[in-house]
Amino acid sequence: MTKSELIARLAGRFPQLVAKDADFAVKMVLDAMSEALARGDRIEIRGFGSFSLNYRPPRVGRNPKSGERVHVPEKFVPHFKAGKELRERVDIMG
Amino acid sequence: MNLTLTKAELADLLFERVGLNKREAKDMVEGFFEEIRLALERGETVKLSGFGNFQLRDKPQRPGRNPKTGEDIPISARRVVTFHASQKLKTAVERLCDASQRT
Repeated sequence: MTKSELIARLAGRFPQLVAKDADFAVKMVLDAMSEALARGDRIEIRGFGSFSLNYRPPRVGRNPKSGERVHVPEKFVPHFKAGKELRERVDIMG
Repeated sequence: MNLTLTKAELADLLFERVGLNKREAKDMVEGFFEEIRLALERGETVKLSGFGNFQLRDKPQRPGRNPKTGEDIPISARRVVTFHASQKLKTAVERLCDASQRT
């Protein structure tokens, strides 16, 4: 499912709204989530999951082509943990 | 500083900025996450450009252990969801280190 398919499916749930509302809503929700993480905030969606940041300390890496040592600065990376409901619903083997 | 974004804040945003009424804003946020759950439940990958992808991974059974009793218990085969942030989101988040002393 792509973003435009998500917008179409959501629009189908709200026949009283114009299609543009679903489009605007999806973009606004995704922007708000990205901005929250970029501020260092967490996201907690009950029944879906939580997004947080994991810290990666600075390290000395290697350029795989030249073999040269390069300093890789510290950084944060996004992390998602699926919530209980999502975990249970996707686990077709469980 | 360290705040948590929840469905309630997302609904407030849709109420204030998209002009949905409170009921519609709440249902829209719930529907947003429910449509993603439904797609994953159907076995589809969810690709949200600029944000990231939700993918499914089928993991085989592997040996495990009850940490309390030390008893050997196999961890059953299962399907799990993984999230891969887009390059755009990774870049936005990486910059936190320069922006502030968060470490």
